[in-house]
Order: sequence, then structure tokens, then C-alpha cells
Amino acid sequence: MSMVFAPRMAEAAPSSHAGASWSPYDNNGGTCVAIAGADYCVIAADTRMSTGFSILTRDYSKIHQITEKCVLASSGFQADVRSLQKNLDARHQIYQHQHNKQMSCPAMAQLLSNTLYYKRFFPYYAFNVLGGLDNEGKGCVYTYDAVGSYERSGYSSQGSGQTLIMPVLDNQLKSASPLVLPPRESSTPLTENEAVDLIKDTFASAAERDIYTGDGVEIVIINKDGIRRETMPLKRD
Amino acid sequence: MFRNQYDTDVTTWSPAGRLHQVEYAMEAVKQGSAAIGLRSKTHVVLAAVNKASSELSSHQKKLFKIDNHIGIAMAGLTADGRVLSRYMRSECINHKFVYESPLPVGRLVVQVADKAQVCTQRSWKRPYGVGLLVAGLDETGPHLYQNCPSGNYFEFHAFAIGSRSQAAKTYLERKFESFMDCSKEELVRHALHAVKESLQEEELSSANCGVAIVGVGEPFVILDSKTLQAYIESLEGAKDDQATKIEVEEERNPAVIERQDVSGGGGVGVGAEGEGPSDMET
Repeated sequence: MSMVFAPRMAEAAPSSHAGASWSPYDNNGGTCVAIAGADYCVIAADTRMSTGFSILTRDYSKIHQITEKCVLASSGFQADVRSLQKNLDARHQIYQHQHNKQMSCPAMAQLLSNTLYYKRFFPYYAFNVLGGLDNEGKGCVYTYDAVGSYERSGYSSQGSGQTLIMPVLDNQLKSASPLVLPPRESSTPLTENEAVDLIKDTFASAAERDIYTGDGVEIVIINKDGIRRETMPLKRD
Repeated sequence: MFRNQYDTDVTTWSPAGRLHQVEYAMEAVKQGSAAIGLRSKTHVVLAAVNKASSELSSHQKKLFKIDNHIGIAMAGLTADGRVLSRYMRSECINHKFVYESPLPVGRLVVQVADKAQVCTQRSWKRPYGVGLLVAGLDETGPHLYQNCPSGNYFEFHAFAIGSRSQAAKTYLERKFESFMDCSKEELVRHALHAVKESLQEEELSSANCGVAIVGVGEPFVILDSKTLQAYIESLEGAKDDQATKIEVEEERNPAVIERQDVSGGGGVGVGAEGEGPSDMET
């Protein structure tokens, strides 16, 4: 990561009144995506970290494994993201000491929501996607806003490339509306390899038009055999 | 230990310069069932005798994981031990959060000792009635410490606390010089031998003892009963080697013959192991 000697303001655009002001937040950009399958979950995030119109590093991981079967991907302000990850890790250790087992993904989802809302009036500037296997071994994806509102779904994307990727996922994964009766399952009928290929395609597309997405994508796949990682380079412009 | 007029408060000195309440607390540790610890260059092993108050009840939990690199065995008032282990876990988690590195064992031990000392100098508190054997690994290698209710702490190569710990300690004193180069399996076998000393009448089984190990590259883990049973059975296999060694020692130390019988089943054949060690009473 390059050293920035002159502190830059988060807002490079001119303000409408005289006198710049300091912001506790910065947006380091990036996009996160997750897709849930019948017995797997794929979580991916690009590896670019930026500030303003500059790149800080091309090789930063936004993905954090919290439990054996649960992975958190977050875009936004990475300092807050890192603090949030450490907070969840500590809470998970306490849970393990008290219950003698790892937290399930749905339990972690609720904990993340509560942790985010706890700072409702000075939020974690983190846009999270939580992915993993639920208690029955099915893939689950939970998507959040900055203050903890969350929902389980079959797929999701967050971050600077969200608006470019989400419509593509909607088109490909044909998730039924929750208002449809009889209710349909929330996970999608793709195979694991198809899901990984779809992720690669969506990131490559997002990197074309979103300046904050690029350099590389880190893909994490969770299934009953464990966790494996893949990386793929993206355009560096 | 006899009752006298200076032992009601922990904050009252006796004319002999003693705090009797603290000593009574250490007595509580001696009444608890035994806990044993030993270390090599790469591993630390903790073993505990699990006493159940009746056949119907479950065993007391005496081995606790504090963090991936630290665990404890306790003897005495295990309720006090639970409270201390909650404190230790919390300190480890906080340290890891702030410094992103595991809390060095020696530092944690000092913090616990200071916490125990506070209870020896407040009139509205009582000392913790539990002794801890703290096993941990940090950058300086594997360590074994003892924490006392008095607020003292000591580092050991090997030690035992609790009732009938003297028998275990004698075994450890005889063998400890060989521990440093022991493999993990040998170290566990030594620990089980030491436990056997404390369990004089009973037969060693995975039902009445517990073992935990922490080592270089290996996080703290309490052995499950299957693995433990396998180790116990491997003790029988190693009996032949033990028997020959012990016969040699018997010649050199005739005064210690009785104890040798307890630990080895002496020159008696391997099969006798199943009937349980000697008839010797403490």
C-alpha cells in the first residue's frame, strides 16, 4: 500500500460553501457479490482498494472468514470493515467458549445485524454480504445495509459495482418474487462451477465501466468439503 | 492446621506473620482432585483426575481452553476456577483485538496472580479457592505455570496439585529431566503415568481422567475420550519397557521399591495391569 503524505479530503469535488470540512469516512470502493446454491455458496470481491480517483493497492482482500462455514465480504470504508471484522471475531470466540461450538451462519447473520445497528448513530461505513452454509448445509446469502437491515436471499451484490452486477444476476438467476404463492425456495438452481463462471463474467463486466472495480477478483467457495479460494485477474485501468 | 483467633479475616495477620485465610484457601486446593502438567521443548500437556460426586452425576470439568494457545487445569473450588477462566478468556480476546497477536502466557499469569492478590487484601472479599496449572505457547516457547490463591505464581517443567498430588510429583521428579526431548506421545504417556499415581486404587480409564495438549503449530485441544482411551491402551504396550527400566532402578534405590511397585506393576507381567495398580494406601 502506498504512503499518502499529504492528507487528502474524502470529497474531491468542490463544496457549495466556502470552508472544507473533515469527514470521518472515506470510500475505498470495490464490489462484493455472493451466490447461494443448494449445497454451496460462492462469495467474491474485487481486490482493488481506492481513494478518490487514486488506487491505494491492487491486492487487498475484502473477504474475511469468520467461522468454519461463514464468510463476510464487505465494501465501503475498509478501516470500518476491518474494525467490524475484528469485532465479529471477538464475539465469535466468546460464543465458542460459551457454547462449545461454532456459530451457525444464520446466527452470525443476526449478530452482524445487531452489531451494525448498535452503531446506528455513527455507523460502520461497510456494505456487507454474508455467505455460507446454514444448519442444513444449504447455501445462504445475507445482504445488509450500513445500519444492519438484512435479508436472506439467493444472491446479492454490494458496493460500487452493485448497480452494474445486480441486474445481470437478476436476469440469470431468475429468483421468484417473495410475493408469489406457493412460496419458492430462496436458493438458486445453478451448479457450483456455473456459479463461479457467472461471478467471473459479472466482475469482468463491472470492471469495464466501474472505475473502482478492477485489478483482480477473489472468489471463495464454501461447500460441505470445506472452503477453497480462486483468483482471477481483472483489467487494471 | 488448627483454629486460632487470627484466622477469621483475611485482613488479619497472625503473630507469626501469616494470613491464615490465604493458607486455608490453599488447603482447599489441596483437597481438590489432582491436576498435573508437564512440558517438553515443543508441547505442554495437562492432565486432570475427573471425580464424579456420585455414579449418577457427570464429572467435574477441570480442563478449560482459554485461547488457541493457552489452556488451564484447575484443582479446588472449580466454581472459582470457572470465574477465573472467564476472566482469562476475556483478557486474551481483548489483547488479540488491540494488538492482533496472542497474549503471552507469562503476562496472563501475572494478571491472574494480581487478581488473586487483591482478594487477600480486602476485608469484604475472600481468596479464590482454586489452583490453576496454566499451559501455553508463545513466542518464547511452551510454558507451564501454577497460580495459587495467595497470588503467587511459579513456572515449572512439571508439576501436580490437588489431592494425592505428591505421588504424581514424585513420579515427575524422577522423570522430568527426560521430558524436554520427549515427543508428544511420550509426554502424554508420562502425564497418564503421573495421573495413575494419583489414582492409586482405581484403574485408569477415559472416564476418570482428562488430558489436554498445546504445542508448536497445534492449538490447545482437550482430547476426546476415544483418543484418550487409545493413549491409555498404549500405556499397556509400553509397560514392557517400563518393567525393565524399573527393575534396574530398584537395584539402585532399594528404599523406593514400594513406590516402584505402584507405578510399574514392577516385575509383574503386563497382564496384571488390568487388575489395577498396587494395594498401597496413601
